[in-house]
Amino acid sequence: QEAMPTVTVVRKELMTALGQEYTDKEFEDLCFEFGVELDDITTEAVMQRKEKGDKAAKADAAADAEEIVYKIDISANRYDLLCLEGMALALNVFRKKLELPNFRSVKVDAPQKMTITPATQQIRPFVVGCVLRGIKFDSQRYNSFIELQDKLHENICRKRTLVAIGTHDLDTIEGPFTYEALPPDQIVFAPLNQDEKMTATQIMELYEKDPKLKQYLHIIRSSPVYPVIYDKNRNVLSMPPIINGDHSKISLETKNVLIECTATDPMRAKIVLDTLIAMFSGYCAEPFTCEDLLVVGTDGKETYFPDLKPHKVSASVDYINRIVGVDLTAEKQIELLGRMQLQAELVAASNTLDVTIPPTRHDILQACDVAEDVAIAYGYNNVPRKVPATNTYGKQLPLNKISDQLRGEIAQAGFTEILTFGLCSHAEAFAKLNRVDDGNTAVTLSNPKTLEFEICRPTLLPGTLKTLSNGQKMPKPIKLFEITDVVRKCSDNDVGAMNRRHLCAIHGGMSSGFEVVHGLLDHIMTMMDVPLDAAKGYSLVEAQDGAFFDGRCAKVLLRGEEIGIMGIVHPKALEEFDIPFPASALEIRLDALTGAA
Amino acid sequence: LIVTCATMAATDIEAAVLSQLQAGAIANSLDFAKQKGYDHLAVIGVLKSLVSDKYVVIEPSDHEGWKLTDEGEQCVSKGSPEAQIFALVPDDGASKDEIEKLAGAMAKVGLSQCMQSKWLRIDKDQGGKIFKNEASVTDAVKEQLAAVVKGTFPPKQDLDKLKKRKLVASANYKTYSVAKGEEYAPQRAKAATDITQEMINDGSWKTQKFKPYNFNALGQDTGAGRLHPLLKVRAQFREIFLEMGFEEMPTNRFVETSFWNFDSLFQPQAHPARDMQDTFFIKDPATCLSIPPEYMAKVKATHEVGDCQTGGPQDPQASPIKSLGYRNTWAEGEAQKNLLRTHTTAISAQMLYKLAQQKEFTPKKYFSIDRVFRNETLDATHLAEFHQIEGLVVDRNLALGDLMGMIEAFFEKLGLKDIRFKPTYNPYTEPSMEIFHWHEGLNKYVEIGNSGMFRPEMLRPMGFPEDVSCIAWGLSLERPTMILYKIDNIRDLFGHKVDLGMIKSNPICRLVK
Repeated sequence: QEAMPTVTVVRKELMTALGQEYTDKEFEDLCFEFGVELDDITTEAVMQRKEKGDKAAKADAAADAEEIVYKIDISANRYDLLCLEGMALALNVFRKKLELPNFRSVKVDAPQKMTITPATQQIRPFVVGCVLRGIKFDSQRYNSFIELQDKLHENICRKRTLVAIGTHDLDTIEGPFTYEALPPDQIVFAPLNQDEKMTATQIMELYEKDPKLKQYLHIIRSSPVYPVIYDKNRNVLSMPPIINGDHSKISLETKNVLIECTATDPMRAKIVLDTLIAMFSGYCAEPFTCEDLLVVGTDGKETYFPDLKPHKVSASVDYINRIVGVDLTAEKQIELLGRMQLQAELVAASNTLDVTIPPTRHDILQACDVAEDVAIAYGYNNVPRKVPATNTYGKQLPLNKISDQLRGEIAQAGFTEILTFGLCSHAEAFAKLNRVDDGNTAVTLSNPKTLEFEICRPTLLPGTLKTLSNGQKMPKPIKLFEITDVVRKCSDNDVGAMNRRHLCAIHGGMSSGFEVVHGLLDHIMTMMDVPLDAAKGYSLVEAQDGAFFDGRCAKVLLRGEEIGIMGIVHPKALEEFDIPFPASALEIRLDALTGAA
Repeated sequence: LIVTCATMAATDIEAAVLSQLQAGAIANSLDFAKQKGYDHLAVIGVLKSLVSDKYVVIEPSDHEGWKLTDEGEQCVSKGSPEAQIFALVPDDGASKDEIEKLAGAMAKVGLSQCMQSKWLRIDKDQGGKIFKNEASVTDAVKEQLAAVVKGTFPPKQDLDKLKKRKLVASANYKTYSVAKGEEYAPQRAKAATDITQEMINDGSWKTQKFKPYNFNALGQDTGAGRLHPLLKVRAQFREIFLEMGFEEMPTNRFVETSFWNFDSLFQPQAHPARDMQDTFFIKDPATCLSIPPEYMAKVKATHEVGDCQTGGPQDPQASPIKSLGYRNTWAEGEAQKNLLRTHTTAISAQMLYKLAQQKEFTPKKYFSIDRVFRNETLDATHLAEFHQIEGLVVDRNLALGDLMGMIEAFFEKLGLKDIRFKPTYNPYTEPSMEIFHWHEGLNKYVEIGNSGMFRPEMLRPMGFPEDVSCIAWGLSLERPTMILYKIDNIRDLFGHKVDLGMIKSNPICRLVK
């Protein structure tokens, strides 16, 4: 399941855009039906308090007008819903209040031009862009424009690694532009909101402490060259993906905006550009249009951006009905798709819909996406429900079945079941048990967030000892057990590791209870119909193991093969796990004992 | 030994009381105690015990009583302060200083009392020297106090004086009159706590008296072992799936390849879940050793351009997938990275792949409940691992309506009705639905799971024909368990910090009563 991005919109502004005053409940229902979630209703002053921390915000709180805001969770693939403009557009089309505009790009006689130099190919090879002409900002639109870029950077741009957006006041710069990559000391400019010019190296140092920007530095830091965009007069537009130049920054008064998106993933760059155009070209002198940017590739190939020509996806009427489980006419399907911004035409010969995908709906890849949109517009909860006629028998996994049977037997023998983590620290599995890591046993994690989890546990004993230690205040004796999987390296398996089902039981109290644990082993063997017989059944052979006390430790053999170990837990191990009383433990392989897989 | 003496004394008293009652009632328990030389409190103890077995009935009377304070005791042994001071003064008198020096602490009280009763006088003519007024005096206070000890109290005005001087303190007491009770017998039968083997053998249970049992106390702990609450709930979910004809998948495989965990599910390689921070990647063994090459080529093509050379035994026509794909390069190296599976759907993919390799398609209903891992910072609602419950049905011509009906039937077995579905997004399902149910307590719809139909971009490269669909849903085991057992902190449920007492007292899991 996906982590959903959250969009914050001012309630009043949203209602104005929707042209209707919804109650919170009505709006919540609309969201549910459409497939977004009204997560929280709060006020702007409260919001700021949450962001700034209580102390600083107390002073602000009184001064701020308390504006009601909606926090709306949206699907991770609907980039067009990441701002007020897109949310309102989608909901208005969904409510049949609006037709989706026809977004167009205009090829002018002398287009703005950007040339890519070869050095960029080693660090950030792609750039796309466009010009928004005669745009009218006000503070609401301007803030939304900036916030949308932030949201895109966080989501589809994968924290600027895949795509980075730069927006510039075109009237402060002059084309043609060049997209270059240069050694950091050769790049000198004043970054956004700084007065002084500095080298790229100094800029990187400056942002080392910047809470927002420091997270992006790693993307280019180790590269010998940094990406940079210049205008004709060597003004720096941006040093993607870190920062724009101060020279070309946009303001409320900006009339003409140059958008550039540099990328390592050209498809995502296109989606980001399309989204910005779809959301903000409505404020242009000629609404819903933008002006092409001519990009000259390293091979001299000229490409005009954006490419707003809609994609086509075809979906048969029958397929859609089959997938949803309804029986709708082509006309009805077309009407429903219109509410989802998808314009469809019936190709009568094949009874197929020819569906036009606008630049706002890059999430549509295939006919199944079209079927889903029919279902959403039809209303998921209006679809007739039926239990599929699929006739199959129930079947348990044999290993799980025998595990459950043994769990019951062991609990009946007076042991209480515990449930411990599959991950542990290296020391818990080895040093603390005075066991040596042979390097061929434990599966090691590369990036754990906590030191508690360095490896997959190769045995259950550490978790059992930790639980006994934690529960040491309980009346004694304490008798615990667990049946679950450990993970061990194994070269026979495609991943080089495998699960193995183990049983671990422990007795702790005023005496070690070695005979109690021994008795449990006998009981388990009796239940498994395994006799005490070195050749035909099980037997115990004295053994040495760092976790157990010398002379009170034995291997458990099944027909001569080792399947487990038991003994009095070594006082040193008890000390390592903070257990102030004696204990005995047993750990055996259930796969080997039961023969079940 | 002390206990034995007390018991024996009690037995003696009991015999004396019962024998006395044969002659007639006991008017006053205190008199009785004095007469027999018993401690009155011990007698009361015996009486109350006899009352509980209805051997006697008793009637209390309240009495005013007095006892000496420590100071009062001193008076009895050494005389009152005034008498002591009087004795100190020689016939030719003494100075106040001399008297205070000799008498110490009691000088002040003693002198003042002597002056009040005019036993002494101060001669101002002789520089305040103190002289006796009487040749000898009677120490009435001492006598009164001695009488109090014996239970004889002086007249009220004298008693008030003693009280004011803190020589006596109030000690009210009860005495009892005693008469035969309905179960009276001259000898008390010994009450037993339990029926013994001996009683059964010799038949003495017929006449034996038994001590009353305290039904308000708890019985003895059974010493039984218990199963873990989360796994008790797991058992119920397993049962539901089995009742509904689902087959359990072999999910005992925590280490997985990125290929099965992500790529086979058509999850893009640039997906945020593949970030190092969200997923546990494996340092050792870091990469997998084998991925089925033919299938991998199809997955690669589907990611890159949305189509592949489909077809196989079940799909002889090999109709195209016709997807736009992700239009970006797909790297095998990324797919080979080992990780701890983030969902059991990695196993579902392998089961479906195997199913698609069969000559003939057979419908299947699969389920699993097993651990999955997320590289989370631990808090009250997040652990690095939890149990995922997953169910899926693969058959020809399944629809979204089938999925809804299946989910409704499943949750009805959990006692959850009024199920609603909300559109959502999952990378590998389309259509996708979040599952909500009406929660009576919270008075709102609450999310309980996620579901969808696997995308053709996932099923078709495996080799399934175009008309085969797979509907699936999933939820966590921990969340319903926490709601069911009202547990707020997930660490109280899963892991070594769990309260063993909670495991012991946790009831049977009954999802529907």
